[in-house]
Amino acid sequence: MPIDASLVGRAFPPTSPVPVTTEAVTAFATAIGGGATASVPPTFPIVVTFAALQDFLAAEQVELSRIVHGDQRFRYERPVVVGDELTATLTVTGVRSIGGNDIISTSSEITDASGAVVCTATATLVHRGGAS
Amino acid sequence: MTVLEPGSALEPLTYEITRADLVAYAGASGDHNPIHQDEEIARAVGLPGVIAHGMYTLALVGRAVATWTDEAEVVELGAKFVAPVVVPADGSARITVEGTVGERNADGLVPLSLQITSDGTKVLGAPKVLVRA
Repeated sequence: MPIDASLVGRAFPPTSPVPVTTEAVTAFATAIGGGATASVPPTFPIVVTFAALQDFLAAEQVELSRIVHGDQRFRYERPVVVGDELTATLTVTGVRSIGGNDIISTSSEITDASGAVVCTATATLVHRGGAS
Repeated sequence: MTVLEPGSALEPLTYEITRADLVAYAGASGDHNPIHQDEEIARAVGLPGVIAHGMYTLALVGRAVATWTDEAEVVELGAKFVAPVVVPADGSARITVEGTVGERNADGLVPLSLQITSDGTKVLGAPKVLVRA
């Protein structure tokens, strides 16, 4: 299996920058039933975080349908605003195997176009049946 | 808007999630995991059916916080996804978000202590919300 403890500490290449446009924010806010809003929904940074997770899974040849999200946390340095351009850099912080599943812990630093940290996103991914 | 007095109750808010919402959310978030769309694939990986993105439920917490706090700045938001939210092909799943206001911390931030349930089942564990308000 490609998922093992040797991944811990490895930082993956930054994602492509994700522009925070009015259209993208409106689509996101509408999908969660909130409609148009002046402020960016706090979970909007999942867009770039998910891109980082997806790059990581592709690099490790893990099928997305075998992944269940176990935990997600955001710590914000400032609110995300329209006009931001966000990039996420993912680091694997832990890998455990429990009951035939791999539990993968990650931390992604989300930066703006100037390189300043906007938020830190930590995620736990459960790779179902990963150890079989 | 609720006054953020420590100990005061936050009005329970209930939201519905349909399969169409999940399709819209997949497009808006980039998370096209088929377990959120396709009954067969969801069952094949051992899930009880099509489930909502965990982040959909967490986004609803964000909406509730915005409603209660008049869109206060969120400094921290997170939770564990402890039970799948099964979204039926017809109809919807319901998520209720409720809780109380905590004591302002040393940094002047206000924690909200929340319970997030779907028809009485806890779906988010160890939720953490911290707002500047």
